[in-house]
Amino acid sequence: MSERPIQFYFRGALHAVQGPAPTHTVLQYLREDLHQTGTKEGCAEGDCGACTVVVGELVGADGQEELRLRAVNSCIQFLPSLDGKALFTVEDLAPAADRLHPVQQALVDRHGSQCGFCTPGFAMSLFALYENQPDCPEREEIDHTLSGNLCRCTGYRPIVDATQDAYALPRQPLNRLPVIAALKELAKLPPLDYAGGGRRSHSPRSLAELAELREKLPDARLVAGGTDVGLWVTKQGRDLGEIIQLGAVAELKSVAIGAERLEIGAGVTLTDAFAALTAFEPQWAELARRFASTPVKNAGTLGGNVANGSPIGDSMPALIALGCRIVLQKGSATREMALEDFYIDFQKTALQAGEFVRSLILDAPQAPLQRLFRSYKVAKRLDQDISAVAAGLAVHVDSEGLIRRARLAFGGMAATPKRAAACEAAMLGRPWNPDTVRRGMAALHEDYAPFSDVRASAAYRLRVAANLLQRFWLETGRESSAGAPPLRLSELSPILLEVRR
Amino acid sequence: MSSHPSFSGAIVGRPVAHESAHLHVSGQATYIDDQSELAGTLHAAPGLATCARGRIKHLDLSAVRAYPGVRCVITAADIPGENNCGPILHDDPIIAGDEIQFYGQVIFAVAAETRDAARQAVRLAKVEYEVETPILDMDAAIAAESWVLPPFAMQRGPVDTAFAEAPHHLSGTASVGGQEHFYLEGQISYVQPKEDQTLHLICSTQHPTEMQQLVAHALGWRAHQVSVECRRMGGAFGGKESQSAQWACLAAILAVNTGKPVKIRLDRDDDMIATGKRHGFQYAWESAFDDAGRLLGLKLEMASNCGCSADLSGPVNDRSICHIDNAYYLDAVTLRSLRCKTNTVSNTAFRGFGGPQGMFLIETVLDDIARHLGRDPLEVRQINFYDVAPGARSTTPYGMTVEDNIAPALVAELAASCDYAARRTAIAEFNKSSPIIKRGLALTPVKFGISFNATHYNQAGALVHVYTDGTVLVSHGGTEMGQGLYTKIRQIVAQEFGLPLTDVRLSSTDTSRVANTSATAASSGTDLNGKAAQAACQNIKARLAAFVVDLCQGKVAADDVTFVDGRVKAGAAYDAAFPELVMAAYRARLQLWDAGFYRTPKIHFDPLSKLGRPFFYFAYGASASEVAIDTLTGEMRLLRVDILHDVGRSINPTLDIGQIEGGFIQGMGWLTSEELWWQTDGSQAGRLMTHAPSTYKIPTASDLPEVFNVRLYDNANIEDSIHRSKAVGEPPFMLALSVFQAIREAVAATLPAGSQVRLNAPATPETILRAVEAGREIGV
Repeated sequence: MSERPIQFYFRGALHAVQGPAPTHTVLQYLREDLHQTGTKEGCAEGDCGACTVVVGELVGADGQEELRLRAVNSCIQFLPSLDGKALFTVEDLAPAADRLHPVQQALVDRHGSQCGFCTPGFAMSLFALYENQPDCPEREEIDHTLSGNLCRCTGYRPIVDATQDAYALPRQPLNRLPVIAALKELAKLPPLDYAGGGRRSHSPRSLAELAELREKLPDARLVAGGTDVGLWVTKQGRDLGEIIQLGAVAELKSVAIGAERLEIGAGVTLTDAFAALTAFEPQWAELARRFASTPVKNAGTLGGNVANGSPIGDSMPALIALGCRIVLQKGSATREMALEDFYIDFQKTALQAGEFVRSLILDAPQAPLQRLFRSYKVAKRLDQDISAVAAGLAVHVDSEGLIRRARLAFGGMAATPKRAAACEAAMLGRPWNPDTVRRGMAALHEDYAPFSDVRASAAYRLRVAANLLQRFWLETGRESSAGAPPLRLSELSPILLEVRR
Repeated sequence: MSSHPSFSGAIVGRPVAHESAHLHVSGQATYIDDQSELAGTLHAAPGLATCARGRIKHLDLSAVRAYPGVRCVITAADIPGENNCGPILHDDPIIAGDEIQFYGQVIFAVAAETRDAARQAVRLAKVEYEVETPILDMDAAIAAESWVLPPFAMQRGPVDTAFAEAPHHLSGTASVGGQEHFYLEGQISYVQPKEDQTLHLICSTQHPTEMQQLVAHALGWRAHQVSVECRRMGGAFGGKESQSAQWACLAAILAVNTGKPVKIRLDRDDDMIATGKRHGFQYAWESAFDDAGRLLGLKLEMASNCGCSADLSGPVNDRSICHIDNAYYLDAVTLRSLRCKTNTVSNTAFRGFGGPQGMFLIETVLDDIARHLGRDPLEVRQINFYDVAPGARSTTPYGMTVEDNIAPALVAELAASCDYAARRTAIAEFNKSSPIIKRGLALTPVKFGISFNATHYNQAGALVHVYTDGTVLVSHGGTEMGQGLYTKIRQIVAQEFGLPLTDVRLSSTDTSRVANTSATAASSGTDLNGKAAQAACQNIKARLAAFVVDLCQGKVAADDVTFVDGRVKAGAAYDAAFPELVMAAYRARLQLWDAGFYRTPKIHFDPLSKLGRPFFYFAYGASASEVAIDTLTGEMRLLRVDILHDVGRSINPTLDIGQIEGGFIQGMGWLTSEELWWQTDGSQAGRLMTHAPSTYKIPTASDLPEVFNVRLYDNANIEDSIHRSKAVGEPPFMLALSVFQAIREAVAATLPAGSQVRLNAPATPETILRAVEAGREIGV
């Protein structure tokens, strides 16, 4: 590694940054240093989307590189995360001063702005969608795209409509070739070793480099997507000391998916990790949809979500239910453990000094047992809301219909994501039927003594955990038939779907 | 870049784009923090109390002062003038002295060379408190008789007789939570010292004049030393009416102390902790009614959580009193209105300003009656409506005759167009066979009074400049917060002069151009400033018309002169392009600019008896919402909404529909996902824990219903409002009450017939599940 400025593609040219501290955010840099004020700060914690920008990155094998464009929250991205990438802001969209980008023009035509403060962020989320999705999207995809953008004025309808209208305007794709060429140039630079504002940040490119650095700097702060650590700086004013950025480590970004086994590198973004998880086990879909927001999923990593060990980390219950193993590395040595054993206490993990999370492994269910699995999330709001209760529920049933294995894990119920041992014990060896479910529901009280807090009361959490077990049975324990009553709100449409004008 | 259609004919009534839309989408619209900073600008941050009630024993700011980059630290002792930012009562310190009244109250402020330095520095304060037990909720305040303003009691009609004679009686309690404004642009002020003891403030504020006065008072200065300017706000919703001034005052004091420009931009968490919200309310009532569900009498105690000071709580509570009737005739009412003082942030204006809380009550009272009688709630609502033509059932509890009642017709039209009856039947069928998911449908009306209750606020001024090239620049007293006020004023002025929109621009709102402005609030922006701007245009037009008469040597009358399609004509005698006439008038030394003034006619209100005609007219609307609830988790989904809303004769239908849709979704948030949550005990008691969007959940795009039919009701204002339009900012907010009532319907579907639904707002999943399970325990 060599000390050099942070370099990225910006406004059609290579751009170098030297000076600011490595925890200076992309948003601060844009607004305060470059006076590019189209990008706004609404919350400085990655929850409102006024700061949304699009980051471009090369993906794919040598000679077949493609440009991947993703919306992220610039307010919690540290500057070194941009190294080797391309940054697009709202000022980049309009091709000429008197001509707007289709997503912008559609927002104007549909009256998609009122106060206008959130609008640049919406335009950027829509720009990413427009670039990634050549066909006019349906409502569901639009909602997901906009899950990290808050608007307090419009009620969203004109924005949703504008999204579709943009596809009716003459197509105006980004010219990717110069961007790709520039990113290839940047890829030739040595790994980033950055010093600014009296602080250092290292961005190793290989697992070996990372392992060596980590042993040498056991106290350095690891930063992957920054969607959690970013807030320590913007909200708590913490000094992170020396930093190791994980975003450039190639091996950590690999996904190996086979029929029997899925291994997800710790640096894989939540967006990519959920795509792999859903491909491996379709019942991840709902959790993948409701987990955080699109910009947060584009930056944050599954490894980071697992490693920070939050009691309300939404992915862990489902991972634990599926028997996920976590791979840790120190130097060249690796070790594996069941994910539930990784969590020791509130925000305390089994990670040792000099060690880091390398990957997560899931295995396909073993025949002849049949695995039934669901993941659930309950929160005040459908999108981008930390759960009151999250559940990952798996039972393995034999040919007699008896439960031979059960892994039932909940988030929001204890200081760590935790299996429901008493509940599992109450159900093991019994048939998968209402009586067993009732026994399991009753036993949950022995497993958990949750807190009351801003998201829910203890009583609600306990009741809902039990009710989710009931739902699990309702959804998996019976033959489903076409006329069966709905079990989920997401299945519904208005009762008589005739729209009168 | 914007796509204004080519000009022809009337501009008022056309769905033209927001005047800044092309700037919004391209990031070129300039908000306060986007403006280039003057050299030497310092950045301020407030230091907030970490105790809800008590006294400061010791405040050690030495580490704050020593932090690198800090240039000035102020406490209450450093305020040269009056230490108050309360708009009515002077009970709101800019910086708390010794006495702490809520967790998050400002106790000092810092100006530093960077915003980061200021924010880091404030963390270093060492404060010791003598902690007292805080009053954190309305029950505790009522028990302690802790009020920001004395309770108000009133009686209208023969209540005791009505109760004695009525065949049915019910009683109930309910509560509704507060609401964070969550304007996307937080509070911000940028203060620029000018020569000879004057200041210019660039602020995100709905009330430049009040800010001017409060800043002047804080400095011990006079009004003409301070000017306040606002081009646009990134949202406000009432949150920048009275509560933007405190931050301006802090920055102004720091600017005067340092001689430097000072900007204060609150961090989102500080903003949510230290600025007031919508008032939470709680109610206890008894109702008396007949077999048909006609309300014969109502006894009501209605308490509001005002927080630690009066702020605008008096007028907010007055408006709630003036809206407990909604669209319904109340024969006989006793009311006790309690204005609770608690150790929480002082609550303030928020879209609807007490109106939503008043209507929430009556809609729940009527819904209970319908359920008790086994009747369709819509039927019960309808038979309680005011008379259409002023008659026996036309006088409001505050003594005003309802002369423009269109609620019955509007509601009937909506009920038909949304298939209310058929869907209600279909939903009942669905619910019978669906044990886990239950649906509910409700249709509720809105009648909202337009005008500030305080009569003297109902005035406005405007200043219109016609330049010699025929272009027009308009200033007025209203502020733009996204609602489209500037766009509507531009349309009104363009229409007066017969000019294309491109020839008319709006300047920023500035107390040095138009003085003594009222807050842009109470939905009144266009009503007041539109009339004022029109008056200014008419003054200029009158002068130009007289000039044309002179040019035609009296062969035409002034009345013959028309301003249409960019030309000025007088029969066959005169025809010139507008700029041509204007230049000629200039050369003839005619005044081409003028001011206009407007005061709303007919209105009067006695704040003591709460009687009078506080409102110039009423705006009406109705909505039907279909929801579904999940009885395992309490989660809710809004499936379909139909709205029919009265904006009079619309000046701009698109802007009006934007207000309706946006207001509705915001109201839905208030009643469903938006929950304010404070620590109730321990050392952090009184600390707001929902102080960021991570914990405070406003609606997102996925909360928009699958079907959302919104239409304007064809109806000219019977009063002489600007172009016979009606105000639209606040009324649609209350359309969301149909969502809450629909949730009650869905909950009721889980209960034995005739059971009462006990549901408070916000109807979070937990609240809904509790209502479902409470009913099950009682019912089974």
